[in-house]
Amino acid sequence: MDNPARTTIFNPMMPDTDILIAGGGLNGPALALALAQGGLSVTVVDSRPAPARAEAGFDGRAYALALASQRLLAVTGVWPRIAASQPILKIKASDGIAGQGPSPFFLGFDSAELEEGPMGYMVEDRHLYAAFLAAMQADPRITLLSGETVVAQEPQPQAITVTLASGRQITARLLVGCDGRTSGTAARAGIKRTGWGYGQTALVTAIHHEKDHEGTAQQFFMPSGPLAILPLPGGHHSSIVWSESDATAQAIQSLPDAEYLDALRPRFGDYLGAITLAGARFTYPLNLTLANAFIAPRVALVGDAAHGVHPIAGQGLNLGLRDVAALAQTLIEARRRGDDIGSPVTLDAYQRWRRFDSTTLALGMDTVNRLFSNNNPLLRAGRDLGLGLVGALPGLRRHFMRQAAGLSGDLPRLLAGQKI
Amino acid sequence: MTTTIDPAEVAKFEAMAAEWWDPAGKFKPLHEMNPCRLDYITSQIAAEFDRDLREERPFAGLRLLDIGCGGGLLSEPMARLGADVVGADAAPRNIPVAQLHAEQSGLMIDYRNCTAESLVEAGEQFDVVLNMEVVEHVADPLAYLTACQHLLRPGGLMICSTLNRNAKSFAMAIVGAEYVMRWLPKGTHDWKKFITPTELYDLIRRAGLDPVDRKGMVFNPIGWSWSLSVRDLSVNYVTASVKR
Repeated sequence: MDNPARTTIFNPMMPDTDILIAGGGLNGPALALALAQGGLSVTVVDSRPAPARAEAGFDGRAYALALASQRLLAVTGVWPRIAASQPILKIKASDGIAGQGPSPFFLGFDSAELEEGPMGYMVEDRHLYAAFLAAMQADPRITLLSGETVVAQEPQPQAITVTLASGRQITARLLVGCDGRTSGTAARAGIKRTGWGYGQTALVTAIHHEKDHEGTAQQFFMPSGPLAILPLPGGHHSSIVWSESDATAQAIQSLPDAEYLDALRPRFGDYLGAITLAGARFTYPLNLTLANAFIAPRVALVGDAAHGVHPIAGQGLNLGLRDVAALAQTLIEARRRGDDIGSPVTLDAYQRWRRFDSTTLALGMDTVNRLFSNNNPLLRAGRDLGLGLVGALPGLRRHFMRQAAGLSGDLPRLLAGQKI
Repeated sequence: MTTTIDPAEVAKFEAMAAEWWDPAGKFKPLHEMNPCRLDYITSQIAAEFDRDLREERPFAGLRLLDIGCGGGLLSEPMARLGADVVGADAAPRNIPVAQLHAEQSGLMIDYRNCTAESLVEAGEQFDVVLNMEVVEHVADPLAYLTACQHLLRPGGLMICSTLNRNAKSFAMAIVGAEYVMRWLPKGTHDWKKFITPTELYDLIRRAGLDPVDRKGMVFNPIGWSWSLSVRDLSVNYVTASVKR
């Protein structure tokens, strides 16, 4: 018969937590919530003090969540806690030269053609993080350690011991690195990275505009890099992701607000009427970085720690949430069949599931960016024709739309809106 | 002690005992196949005993015997799910290997160097008997399966997996796994001892059990993973039987 005293006898051998997550950004909390829902105990180590971002005002940063990502947030109970969101009803992509407006051929995606509904949702960073924080605080299986960082990790055959900056030691079955493109988890595990820069920097801000955006996301492919205009809740605010060469971006960033807007206006055009700045201005240097492995003994990498991609169309977070969904499903299924959740076989299954998908997507983004950031007239003509052709063929267009919505590939259950 | 174990077979596995828990070692294919075997075992036990696998210890209160437990690749998951596990192996060297590993995993498992027949003599009774990839190694399959039947309480469940006997299984399990891929040491299997699903169902019935389910276990070289198949029982397959 089952003897409850056994758990006590063997406690010294049991780890403190099933999963320890290094990094409390967005992928870390998403993974913690998905795993806790599957019955696993999770500890999240976050370097920031807890309420810092939760109480913040709008700072201009926002995410384009693909439909599949929104489903994951709905299943894990985060979505109902998000204060405001804007469905993306249409996406228009066109080729343009600064000052000349968009070229006549453009690619249009309309959510009316996709039976699943809107292709995605725009959510402000402050609302998304606040919702994650509230959901984590409501789950007794999640322990959030704020103002802490991992400084050392030591894998053993059955567990991993992690040392925090405060000197505290925690043992877990598995350590998951959600600690970004400079992942300390990956570095300490001896995982090397391959990466390259683009010589480009993204300028990110939010604007207020006179006319209603009607839920339309615009992407202009300029010779210097893409400009994305993404609709925010309310109809009269949009998030701007504007890529320029490093030198130009730095020059623009150092301009006063009025001149910054003067630089943006000719690229933006006048289709939304008069524009004013409505958020802080950020710059992010664009580079691609891929970890040579997504796993090591008792370690798994998620999101930018595994693959930092160019933030075109918000695919960075969406790609990270695909890792989250695949890893959560792999670990929960392993637990339910009685397997060791940190065993090499379990981790191998995760790596095989994600590595091909994320590598092809990362390289695909890179190719799209290089192709469209070129002023060669022949390439431009080909691009115009290519885009026009895609627009003319409903089947091909739907394929691109489904890909943008995150609905293609070997879909983990959470991304299909199903519980694990 | 009477035994149905063929001494030559025991010696072969004993030589490999230390390798059990190395997922990149000689038992790599077994480690790769294990999730698929466990999916079948856990879903059959859950269905037979009305357990919810989403619970923390769904098999609490069930007494389970793992025959031919080896290094404990099945015993440990069953113990983790809450079952009271006895792991039996005829090779003495497997026992300390399995015990050591269970201790490192924080699991309590009763590993014994014994045979199914000796457990019958001792009057042991179980809710579940796992009989995985054993029947093709025993000298007298009917006597062995009858011993398994005696070990089950009424209403108990036996899971039994083995290898089919046909040209494909010869090519895959002997030529492919042992000679070409070097997945298993040469001589691991004697193809003549392989059993067809019809023969196994017949043996199980003659042993006094009711076969209730069977599935193929199929390797997909593109995804490099095993999955259960309703139709393809051509090489590896697994069955569930109950004692009425």
